[in-house]
Amino acid sequence: MSVAGIPMRIILLSLVVFLPFGSDLRSALAAGEEGQTTSSSPQSANPIDQALLDIKSEDAAVRSAAAALLIEKGDASLLPKLDEIRADADRATRQAIKPVIDLLKNHANLTSEQADTRRSAAADLVGTGRPEAIAWLEASAAKEQVWWVKYTMEESAQLMRLRSEDQTVRLLAIKKLGDLRSQNGLSALKEFVETGAQSEATDEQRALATAAQTSVGEIDSWFWWAGAIETFFRGISLSSILLMMSLGLAIVFGLMGVINMAHGELMMVGAYATFITQQAFIAWFSPEHFDWYFPVALPVAFLSAALFGLVLEATVIRFLYGRLLETLLATWGVSLILMQAARVYFGDLTAVIAPQALRGGAQVMVGVYLPYNRIFIIVLSIVCVLGIYFLLFRSNLGVRVRAVTQNRNMSACLGIPTRKVDAYTFAFASGLAGIAGWALTMVGNVDPGLGQNYIVDAFMVVVTGGVGKLAGTIWASLGIGGLNKLIEPISGAVYGKVFILVGVILFLQWRPQGLFAAKGRNADA
Amino acid sequence: METKLPQGSKQVSDVEVLTEESGSSRREFLGQSGRVAAGVGVAALLGNLGNYALSYAAGGPPIKIGILHSLSGTMAISEVSLRDVVLMAVEEINKAGGVMGRQIEAKVVDPASNWDLFAEKAKQLLLEDKVSVVFGCWTSVSRKSVLPVFEKNNGLLFYPVQYEGEECSKNVFYTGAAVNQQAAPAVEYLMSPEGGNYKKFYLLGTDYVYPRTTNKILRAMLLAKKVPAANIEEEYTPFHHQDYQTICGKIKKFAAGGGAAVISTINGDSNVPFYKEFGNQGLRAEDAPIMAFSVAEDELRGMDTSALVGHLAAWNYYQSVDTPQNKKFVANFKAYCKRNNLPDGENRVTDDPIEAAYFGVYVWKQAVEKAGSIEVDAVRKAVYGQKFLAPGGQIMMDEANQHTHKPVLIGEIMKNGQFKVIWRSKGLVKPEPWSEYTNPEKGCDWINHQGTYQKK
Repeated sequence: MSVAGIPMRIILLSLVVFLPFGSDLRSALAAGEEGQTTSSSPQSANPIDQALLDIKSEDAAVRSAAAALLIEKGDASLLPKLDEIRADADRATRQAIKPVIDLLKNHANLTSEQADTRRSAAADLVGTGRPEAIAWLEASAAKEQVWWVKYTMEESAQLMRLRSEDQTVRLLAIKKLGDLRSQNGLSALKEFVETGAQSEATDEQRALATAAQTSVGEIDSWFWWAGAIETFFRGISLSSILLMMSLGLAIVFGLMGVINMAHGELMMVGAYATFITQQAFIAWFSPEHFDWYFPVALPVAFLSAALFGLVLEATVIRFLYGRLLETLLATWGVSLILMQAARVYFGDLTAVIAPQALRGGAQVMVGVYLPYNRIFIIVLSIVCVLGIYFLLFRSNLGVRVRAVTQNRNMSACLGIPTRKVDAYTFAFASGLAGIAGWALTMVGNVDPGLGQNYIVDAFMVVVTGGVGKLAGTIWASLGIGGLNKLIEPISGAVYGKVFILVGVILFLQWRPQGLFAAKGRNADA
Repeated sequence: METKLPQGSKQVSDVEVLTEESGSSRREFLGQSGRVAAGVGVAALLGNLGNYALSYAAGGPPIKIGILHSLSGTMAISEVSLRDVVLMAVEEINKAGGVMGRQIEAKVVDPASNWDLFAEKAKQLLLEDKVSVVFGCWTSVSRKSVLPVFEKNNGLLFYPVQYEGEECSKNVFYTGAAVNQQAAPAVEYLMSPEGGNYKKFYLLGTDYVYPRTTNKILRAMLLAKKVPAANIEEEYTPFHHQDYQTICGKIKKFAAGGGAAVISTINGDSNVPFYKEFGNQGLRAEDAPIMAFSVAEDELRGMDTSALVGHLAAWNYYQSVDTPQNKKFVANFKAYCKRNNLPDGENRVTDDPIEAAYFGVYVWKQAVEKAGSIEVDAVRKAVYGQKFLAPGGQIMMDEANQHTHKPVLIGEIMKNGQFKVIWRSKGLVKPEPWSEYTNPEKGCDWINHQGTYQKK
């Protein structure tokens, strides 16, 4: 038994579990339960209280009798006590009393207000293997409103029926599981198929195997489609992340001809700004307003990254315009400095806790589950693209920016302050990096290496898309993200990356100027 | 030196006399201040010499040791803590009178997470600084990089991190766990009724030597324990991999129907996106627990633990281990970090490699005292069989194979980023550098054999 550095009560409780006959230990248990009101005599008046003690017996027979009694007579009122034991006891203890707790708790949870809790309860009841649960599940399924919860309840009931002794019940369950397209039933169904295929199989087993085979076929073809939809979603999700990272880079690269290796670190600034906002909320606001830190962090991340960008432009990049390699080296140096500074200043205590609304996901259909944080980033990237589109193509500032991009000297002659446009654009692109960093705290971690993880991919997207082309960046990120997710299930993550790199290299051999090339007189500029 | 000391004090009194003169000319003043400076300088120098003489008188010149941990670059986040704890051990030993009456002087170098630089810095420590022992390295690739340097120059390295085994160098003492002291017992635990009778295993790791070798051994072990090959899935991701959507989808499919566990050897910053995605895809520790070998308290500090609660890890030490010496160790480490203004100060935590780095210094000290010398060969022979009451409990250095006998502990992650110990091996587990599952014919012995040998 473990005696790790855990509170005294836990140790006492686990002692109770292992040495149930000591009377002082019993009073320790009572203290944990209802404040010393239980009598210390071994024969308790209340059978349920007695069973609560017996369940911790070392004798397997006593234990199972107590378990049966608790399951039969117990109800949700026992749960606080059991929950307390479950939360504090060590793993061995939990394993010993798990079936009772699971049954009682899940039975109670079937009527919970929270859909997630109801569903978890239905899923967990299968593991208990108790036939009593079938009736509970079906009764709850009849009343259930949320389709996904109802589905899980029906699925769980059928999964338990598979273990029945009755041939017709099993056959029906097999067919129902096929109708439900139950992924959780797949392994059990395949076992039926295997048993039926053996030479010494009985006729009954063969009949089960035939039915199971049909169901397996139904489930497999359904999940092929579900898998395709999920893969498509993952591709879109990865593309949206790539897009968020590359947007700012594409603007800077296209407009100023600056290879900004510190772009990743500007993302890092955005991520750390989110972290600081979170810490400020923890320090100054009450916990129920905690989730508001996330929307508040958006402008904070944008502005702080933009400010960094402005300073970077004014102190380093301004002096290196037109010297491509030198901007690359200088910004690389800046990125190293920023990284080490973050490492020294922040250390590694930088967890960002996702707001409640962005945790978990939505079950769209059987086999397709979409995490909220991913949906959020997809929507955000669309909003960013629209925002940039309006800024560049529908505003006065955008006209100037595009003019400078196309022909710097001519624009200067026409009175456009090109240096100012450069500075503002650089700051804006940096702000975009900040927003990307803000969003990425929802999928990844905040650490000094954050930018390094993404910068190569971002450059790959920009170069593939064609330098400085917004549409190119969008299509390239969709292509690279989608292709990556298409290849990954087949080749694994490592070779997936290799294939993508090789693909990009080959593509650039064929079209060195990228997807969308600059055309016309200034194409070579 | 003693004859010079009175001279020094005379100099000081001269200074006092000179500074008392007032109203002197500018030139004189300049001359005076020059002399004052010279006087102070000489006095300081003599003071230093005196100090040196004192330490010499106590037993000899200080013993130099090297610390070879990355203080910048990607591995800094993990390795800085090891430098801190080694320096803390040095400080403790020096306060208690040093080793054989001699003080320890630590030479810290920064190989900057760069494997080639590791070899270069190791060479510098051994040849230029002439240190008598080096405490260092984290990743296996850095250890492999310095290994030829230590072997060629007959240096001594204490390596404090759990690793994949299949190595038996007489110039390295491995104070971390071999595979049979961490990964193998963890999987055996998961297969036991107490651990949950898991039958399907998803081996997921970062793509480099430690996860690959560990998983090779685990796969051989699982097959030997009659787990069908179809129930073992193996997958690797590049370093710094951030997108775990596809893999979590695969795990979900793998875990459908129950009885599946994930064995994670994911390293470094990929862990956060992995655990986040795992939770966000609707997977729970009840559906498939993740058993991790590279996630310790130090890594958990930087994570949002709500996604990790209920998942498991296997180590030989946790900060939560309840021994008096551990309470003291944890308190001392926090105090040390605070006193020296290290980042996060009091919020620092201890974990398995930190403990292993710490007791490594003491094992070396005991061995030096036993050998009565700092010569590498003498010290090495003295290390064999050394026992030490480490923070996590008694440990013992093996009699012949350079590794450490340690207890194995399975912990469950709690909301506060600490581990609750849920299983503990009976006694110490003997280290096996060569796994019985993948290399049953090989052994490691530097007493009766010359390192790795063929068993008959």
